[in-house]
Amino acid sequence: MYFIVAGAGEVGFHLAQALLEAGHEVTVIEADRRRASFVQEKLGSIVLNEAADEGRAQMEAGCSRADALVAVTGDDAKNLVICQLAKHHCHTPRVIARVNNPKNEIVFKTLGIDETISSTRVLMSVIEQELPTGGFLPLMPLTGSQLELIEAEIAPGTPAAGRTVGGLKLPSGAVVGGLVRRGKVVHPHDETKLEVGDRVIVFAPTATEGEVRKALFG
Amino acid sequence: MNVVIVGCGRVGGFLAGLLDTEGHHVSVVDIASTSPARAERAWFQHLPSTFKGETILGDGTDLEILRQAGVEKADALLALTEGDNRNLMAAQIAQKIFGVRRVVAKVNDPVRAQIYRRQGIDTFSRTTILGTLLFAMLMEDREVGEVLIKKSLEHEKELAHEPAPAG
Repeated sequence: MYFIVAGAGEVGFHLAQALLEAGHEVTVIEADRRRASFVQEKLGSIVLNEAADEGRAQMEAGCSRADALVAVTGDDAKNLVICQLAKHHCHTPRVIARVNNPKNEIVFKTLGIDETISSTRVLMSVIEQELPTGGFLPLMPLTGSQLELIEAEIAPGTPAAGRTVGGLKLPSGAVVGGLVRRGKVVHPHDETKLEVGDRVIVFAPTATEGEVRKALFG
Repeated sequence: MNVVIVGCGRVGGFLAGLLDTEGHHVSVVDIASTSPARAERAWFQHLPSTFKGETILGDGTDLEILRQAGVEKADALLALTEGDNRNLMAAQIAQKIFGVRRVVAKVNDPVRAQIYRRQGIDTFSRTTILGTLLFAMLMEDREVGEVLIKKSLEHEKELAHEPAPAG
């Protein structure tokens, strides 16, 4: 596949390298001349020394035949515009933006950029997975939606213990998609009674994570 | 009218002054730069000393800062920072998230200006406006700039009589 990586900071450089190693075709757009020649030295002639937020540079990079463009500069406004230009001007089928301020994820989605990566949020979810948070693990956001995959272990004395799946006070839009009981996958029905130690997999809108936590743990 | 202006450089400060004099309610947002050279300067040095509106120090692409500036009740938002991208982001937030009726973004790159205009964001490019005006002046095509230049000269005259801001 053909990828355009806009911005060759640490993230952009290593992303381009990983994509090349995976056998993909890559063009990196980097405005800083010294950084561009550094990347060229390391990765070969795949660098375009231009500003990625200029439509002309994107055209030169072949944005209309690219399978995806990834904007990973350290500037959120720039990443937004790079992605919007690619989407509206080049009709690049897939655009992905790095957001540095996690609050901007929802802003980007409202402004038509559905796929965002926030390193802050990724780190938060890693940290939360490693902490004993009463068995509540936001596993991952689902690509291209505003949904989140959450795993929770039913703990004694919580509102969920002993309740049926249908009786959980989950927020609207959230569903229990799976249940692991004593190491076996169980298909959950509304009448399935939750036992202590069950691990439930919940699909929920990202914004309702707190409510899901409350429904399961009180 | 309630107007929010993001970016208080020369243009932002000048326009804020004009609107304020005409009796409109104006809030001006300018970024809190961390560079020490900038920190020592007055943030809103380009505002006239008579300015009665609000000044908010912060990032004009931040929802909370925009709320503080009264974007929810604004009739218009003008994004006039030095960054095309920041202006486009602030204008889109105002239009698509806060439903501000009139938004204008200063976008010096003419290509970007045109692409976003097609997406429904009002943009103007200093590059093409000034360039077109200068070209017309050289070609002695008086019609193009007559009204604009007459009005600008009047404003300049008023500004020259304005006392220098304190500090």
